[in-house]
Amino acid sequence: MGASVMKLSVGRYPLYFIVPALILYIAFFIIPSLSGIVYAFTDWSSYSDEVNFVGWRNFQKVFSPGENYLAYIGHTLVFTLLTIVFKTVFGLALALLLDRGVKRFINIYRVMIYLPAVLPTLVVALIFRSILNPATGALNTALRAVGLDALALRWLVDPHIALYSVIGVDTWKGVGYIMVILLAGLQTIPRDYYEAAEIDGAGAWSRLWYITLPLLMPAIVVVTVLNVLYGLRVFDIVYAMTNGGPGYATEVLSTGIFKAFSKGQYGLGTAISTVLFFLLAIAGYFVIRLLERGRVRD
Amino acid sequence: MLGFSQLVRRWGGQAAAILASLVTLTPIYVMAVNSLKSKAQASSMGIELPSELHPENFLTVIDKGKLIGSFFNSVLYAAGSTILGTLLAAMAAFVLSRHRSPINRFLYFFLIMGIALPINFFTLTTMMQVTHLINTRQGMVVLYSAMQIPFAVFLIYGFIEAIPRELDEAAIIDGCTPLQLFFRVIFPLLTPVLVTTGILSFLNTWNDFLFPLYYLDNSDNWPMTLAVYNFYGTFGQSGNLESGWNLVSADIVLTILPVIVIYLLGQRFILSGLTTGAIKG
Repeated sequence: MGASVMKLSVGRYPLYFIVPALILYIAFFIIPSLSGIVYAFTDWSSYSDEVNFVGWRNFQKVFSPGENYLAYIGHTLVFTLLTIVFKTVFGLALALLLDRGVKRFINIYRVMIYLPAVLPTLVVALIFRSILNPATGALNTALRAVGLDALALRWLVDPHIALYSVIGVDTWKGVGYIMVILLAGLQTIPRDYYEAAEIDGAGAWSRLWYITLPLLMPAIVVVTVLNVLYGLRVFDIVYAMTNGGPGYATEVLSTGIFKAFSKGQYGLGTAISTVLFFLLAIAGYFVIRLLERGRVRD
Repeated sequence: MLGFSQLVRRWGGQAAAILASLVTLTPIYVMAVNSLKSKAQASSMGIELPSELHPENFLTVIDKGKLIGSFFNSVLYAAGSTILGTLLAAMAAFVLSRHRSPINRFLYFFLIMGIALPINFFTLTTMMQVTHLINTRQGMVVLYSAMQIPFAVFLIYGFIEAIPRELDEAAIIDGCTPLQLFFRVIFPLLTPVLVTTGILSFLNTWNDFLFPLYYLDNSDNWPMTLAVYNFYGTFGQSGNLESGWNLVSADIVLTILPVIVIYLLGQRFILSGLTTGAIKG
């Protein structure tokens, strides 16, 4: 490209178009993120105007076996892993159902199954707090009515199953999103492949295993990455369903950050934020690579 | 005659799809029927229809739940940040996509990196204080605008590639300035992607309660999500004398109604935006 063309291009597409977006982004995203890493090494709190450098003390606290924060990290990873598995498996099953199993009303089903994804998480959590109430909730009432009393658990009250109840509700809310993406991926697979395989005598399972899954892999990778980003950052559903309880049974990194904020432990909170930042930076690197790869192929 | 397996194949899929739809709709249905019940009948949150209709629940909720004020707060935050954020993102995406100098390539990745980054609420508090935006409605609009820029830039950037550059040439020869070129020629052509981006960011902002939770201590500025949560805290607990799930349900119905209306009207754009964002883009 010659220098004059370059200059013309700059004149036509001036930098000041980018500046406002960039300023907002840097001011409210980048500066807080980067300065947060610095503050994670201080005793910054709401109780004192003084901020002192304390080295790795906050991180030692976060990673100390004597504190609960390692459990927060554990819950975050369990939440992320299980929501990935459930949303992908159910999302794929629903996508296959709409792609192959039904011939009519496909869009109506798609709209209805996606619906929970657009509802406010806070409201979904409140709805399910009522439905999962051990004594009066609709779920246990229904289970008892059909004689499944043994399955009528104390969903959000029992510390051993509360996290799984939250994961279940989150799957209910998020599965439609995953289904929509996987369905779009399925619709790009040419039908001839299946017809050819059928002629060769391939059964339903081997068609799924040897044709659908390999060709759907790009879409599966994308939904996995989206689920990783969502799962690591999860806050709303946990905060509104259990607020980390009972005890610390469902506490995740983001709710821990909010608790530190409420208690005025800013240094500690930024340290937890920084741990999350690095988890996400690693995940984010792969996201951008994948998104861009998809675009080039397109 | 149809064999059994053919019957299963023909109707089994339909039945499974209906079942899946019921699973997603039942909780919303439960809220809808209970919002019209008496306090006593709603206490069990059952799925049966109301024995007598209590539409006045909605009036009670609008009054006690401060819903009018919080509705307008939500509209302001969602509409304001959608307009501002999408506009700024579109301008940035236009130049970044058209003029791919090394610095612009870098800025593009730098901007969309925000899709994955977490927010640091502690240092962001300081930023909000320094800019005098904490505890203000303007602060919410600015903050939500900033937060949606990465994803909006990503979506719009991909779309601009499909708009022929010859249009730019022609407009410049006709004497358009860059701003005229963008607003008169390019902007109208971006309508489909702007609608998608706009609806997604409107719904995201409408549904959020995290920023208000951190940065708004005056309940007059609360959006509907935080208002409904607070209302639940007051009226949803069994210890409260006035407690009633009929009222909580009515509040929830009023909060999700705008979301469902926008979703049903815009579902074509939402679902297409998701798939462009994820599969193609």
